[in-house]
Amino acid sequence: MTLLWIALLPLLGVLVPAFTAQRGRRFCSLATAALPALALLLTLVQLPTLAADETLRVAVDWVPTLGLELAFRLDGLSVLFNLLIMGIGLLILLYAHFYLSPEEPFGRFYAYLILFMASMVGIVMADNLLLLWLYWELTSLSSFLLIGFWSHRSDARKGARMALTVTGAGGLALLAGLLLLGDIVGSYDMQVVLDSGSAILADPRYPWMLGLVLLGAFTKSAQFPFQFWLPHAMAAPTPVSAYLHSATMVKAGIFLMARLHPAIAGSELWTVVVSLIGMATLLYGAWFALMKTDLKGILAFSTVSHLGLITVLLGIGSPMAVLAALFHILNHAAFKAALFMCAGIIDHETGTRELKRLGGLRRAMPVTALLTTLAGAAMAGVPLFNGFLSKEMFFTETLASPVLGGLSWLLPVLATLGGILSVAYSLRLVHAVFYKPAREAPPKSPHEPPWLMRAPVALLVVICVLVGLAPVLAEGLLALAITPVLGETMEFHLAIWHGVNLPLAMSGVALVAGVAMYARHADLQRFLKGFRPVDARLVFEGAVQRLSNRAETTLRRIDNGSQQRYVGLLLLASVVVAGLGLSGMPLLTGDQGNQPVDGVLLVGAGLLIFGGIGTAATHRYRLISLLMLSVVGLIVSLTFARFSAPDLALTQLSVEVVTMILLMLALYFLPQRTSRETSSARHVRDIVLAGALGMAVASLNYAVLTRDTTSLSSFFLENSVSGGGGHNVVNVILVDFRGFDTLGEITVLALAGLAIFKLLRRLRLFMPHSDTEGRLWSPDRYPAILTSISLALLPLALLVSAFIFLRGHNLPGGGFIAGLVTAVAMILLYMARGVEWAQERLQFEYQPVAIAGVGIATLTGLGSWLFGEPFLTSAFGHFHLPVIGDFELATALLFDLGVYLAVVGATLMILANLGKVTTAHSPAKGAPASDENLSRSSKEKH
Amino acid sequence: MESLYAITTGVLTACGLYLTLRGRTFPVVVGLTLLSYAVNLFLFSMGGLTTGAAAIIDGQSHFADPLPQALVLTAIVIGFAMTAFVVILAMRARSELGNDHVDGRKREEPHR
Repeated sequence: MTLLWIALLPLLGVLVPAFTAQRGRRFCSLATAALPALALLLTLVQLPTLAADETLRVAVDWVPTLGLELAFRLDGLSVLFNLLIMGIGLLILLYAHFYLSPEEPFGRFYAYLILFMASMVGIVMADNLLLLWLYWELTSLSSFLLIGFWSHRSDARKGARMALTVTGAGGLALLAGLLLLGDIVGSYDMQVVLDSGSAILADPRYPWMLGLVLLGAFTKSAQFPFQFWLPHAMAAPTPVSAYLHSATMVKAGIFLMARLHPAIAGSELWTVVVSLIGMATLLYGAWFALMKTDLKGILAFSTVSHLGLITVLLGIGSPMAVLAALFHILNHAAFKAALFMCAGIIDHETGTRELKRLGGLRRAMPVTALLTTLAGAAMAGVPLFNGFLSKEMFFTETLASPVLGGLSWLLPVLATLGGILSVAYSLRLVHAVFYKPAREAPPKSPHEPPWLMRAPVALLVVICVLVGLAPVLAEGLLALAITPVLGETMEFHLAIWHGVNLPLAMSGVALVAGVAMYARHADLQRFLKGFRPVDARLVFEGAVQRLSNRAETTLRRIDNGSQQRYVGLLLLASVVVAGLGLSGMPLLTGDQGNQPVDGVLLVGAGLLIFGGIGTAATHRYRLISLLMLSVVGLIVSLTFARFSAPDLALTQLSVEVVTMILLMLALYFLPQRTSRETSSARHVRDIVLAGALGMAVASLNYAVLTRDTTSLSSFFLENSVSGGGGHNVVNVILVDFRGFDTLGEITVLALAGLAIFKLLRRLRLFMPHSDTEGRLWSPDRYPAILTSISLALLPLALLVSAFIFLRGHNLPGGGFIAGLVTAVAMILLYMARGVEWAQERLQFEYQPVAIAGVGIATLTGLGSWLFGEPFLTSAFGHFHLPVIGDFELATALLFDLGVYLAVVGATLMILANLGKVTTAHSPAKGAPASDENLSRSSKEKH
Repeated sequence: MESLYAITTGVLTACGLYLTLRGRTFPVVVGLTLLSYAVNLFLFSMGGLTTGAAAIIDGQSHFADPLPQALVLTAIVIGFAMTAFVVILAMRARSELGNDHVDGRKREEPHR
């Protein structure tokens, strides 16, 4: 349980600044520090248990189907990193308390910082590969927020974006790599993965997996050639830089390599790739650190360089090398955090970080000068400092490494070169700021910062010196940390003095040559002026710009705004898919065979085909096309009747009527004819495409029809009477078994009606005053026969619809059909008598009717909750009232009433409102047939 | 009978699709309606073609499959709602843009 608290306390801490920011900065800082401090304390409490060689683990299921667990572990490696992350994090918090100016939103800053801390803690404690990756992404996101904290500055925004792009892309690669790793091992559990090292190395997918995982680690840890984002991340406030680039963010990649060391290291591929990339990074970073004139720039590149050093050691992979890597992680975190904070103090006090404008600060800030000098000495690897010890071990390991075979002398030579550069830039950093006479006065007159701001620096420098003098102090922690990396315990002893040997000579060369190099620094600078500087940001932004341009061009080629093309592509894809599927079938005709054909069927099919082709062929003459369509609709309804689906036939028939009225009404406001505008080639193409898909559909349909299919309908047939209380199974399915679907469907219907109602508002209409041939519309608007019949028909139709509605549960009928019949009868009235006449007599809106319908259906469903049953449970069998007989039908009928009202309301909302647009009752509100519209439409001669 | 049914469905599908590839709104709406007829026939036939055995429980033993029927019934009603929406969208597009092209080109004059 403690483990969960260690991992989750910092995460909870993210909320603290939000609640305490109003109570003043001091209170907020203290409160924010409380939870991480508690977590740190809990980690320390676990140390004795860990010393007894135990790994603490805890796991809670999260998404078991994905293999994702909320699993944490605490072993030596996690402890080492936890101490760094939370220890330095707390120091940074103290420092930030003084660093941020009062007007900055410190609460937000603290929240980001703690979020970042929590995600780092999550990475180092994750005991599940997927969980580790989640936290990994969280660090990318939170570092984005931190780097871009000063979002008003363009360089901060760009730097943050670059960091997010690079580490985010690396994160994706890492995800792929971890999934592959989990697939190889068969589990995402960290312990299982760590225990199956040999199986992983033997797997043929190993090189891919390794490449992807390393891509993640290298991007995060700013290894060459992904180092470019790190210097640009220096646009962040200095506490952020100090935190991200000393102890945490960039160490995540290093941590990953160390964590997975037992599982994925140990191959030649690993050794060569990791150590060479590390060496390239080491030299690249060191060289540019020497060239930079911005304090934080120097520190950024030196960080890149030191990360390279650690990577080389992990690549070499011998027990001593791994030990040296862990030791250097510790040392680097201490001196680099101290140096960043010093740079921040200098920036804070003088107003500049530019080396050329600084100098002679020793007088104004003696304590800071001393601290920076000591930390700088540790970075340079001066004897008696901690940096010296790990660097010495590094030299020893490069001498022992067999990485390059016959060229193995190259590695120590390059390492020494790196050492020289490192001495030179450290010296330059310290000397140019504090000891060299100033060339100009800095923007602000400097003085010492408050002692509490210096305290974290002092503490870290003390650690540097203590460890340097008595390395035995670090032994205990390192012994703990190395066990999980090597998979076994290791006996070792850290000593200051190893006697006169080659590594010592290399250190000596590095020191002397480094000092000499700094002495000739001016010449070096002059020489370098000859090179054209490359701004990584411009290169990066250029690449991103090119990529997005390329994507846009490609997209424009596919997505050109032509709907015809989209439909065409869609159909083409369907043809390909259907064709592939059909070609894979052994035989199109199934074992059921054909039933015999009779004359009626032949005539029906002939009419359908005639109607269909006619609709398509006459599409330029829209009214004729529409009439052809109505032929198809009517025969379809007869088809349903022929094949034992009376409900469908009735529905289709009534829908057919309303559809035709609707389309005719709409056609009145649209051009009556389509001009010839498609090329012949295009026609052929469309016909071929549509024909091919038609054939595919026909084949598919035939294949299904001639095969025996299993249906779940026997359930409905058996339970319809006993469970739903109705004999008409189709209706029982609609209002009972699948009532929830029906509820959704009538909701869609009502929504469509409302959407149409809105679409018709403020509609400017094109109203032709004559038909296509120029004949004026008939002045006889309301034909006498229709007028008289319609009135007589209305009560009859309503009666029929009531009848259909009531019998629906047991015989063909039901809410849908009854609703449509009612709607048709009302529409007939509108057509026969005109909108004004109907409006006077039907004094109500249709929107509330539709909504009431949906409401009744929903309430019927909710009603079953009152009886402790799930939503929309049929009342049948659950109602235990004295008169059960009648109540069996009641709830289903009530639901069907909702359906009925929704259908009537929605249909009339659509048709009546469309009919009304030309009249004073128009929802178009004030934009009916105005003169302008009329004159405009009269110009159109269709 | 099955082959005749399948061919009819195929022809209706092809005609509907051909119309959806047209460049003016009204033929496309008509095409969609035609296509929905074809789709409904197709879905309906998934329960097999049964003669004279409506799914009404009245003592007989052989029934048509009621499930596709229930699905198609709502599909017909929803299809109407969608047709209505699309055709009124087409009217609106013509009123806003001055033409009835499916891409809603603004520059074009009302066509002759």
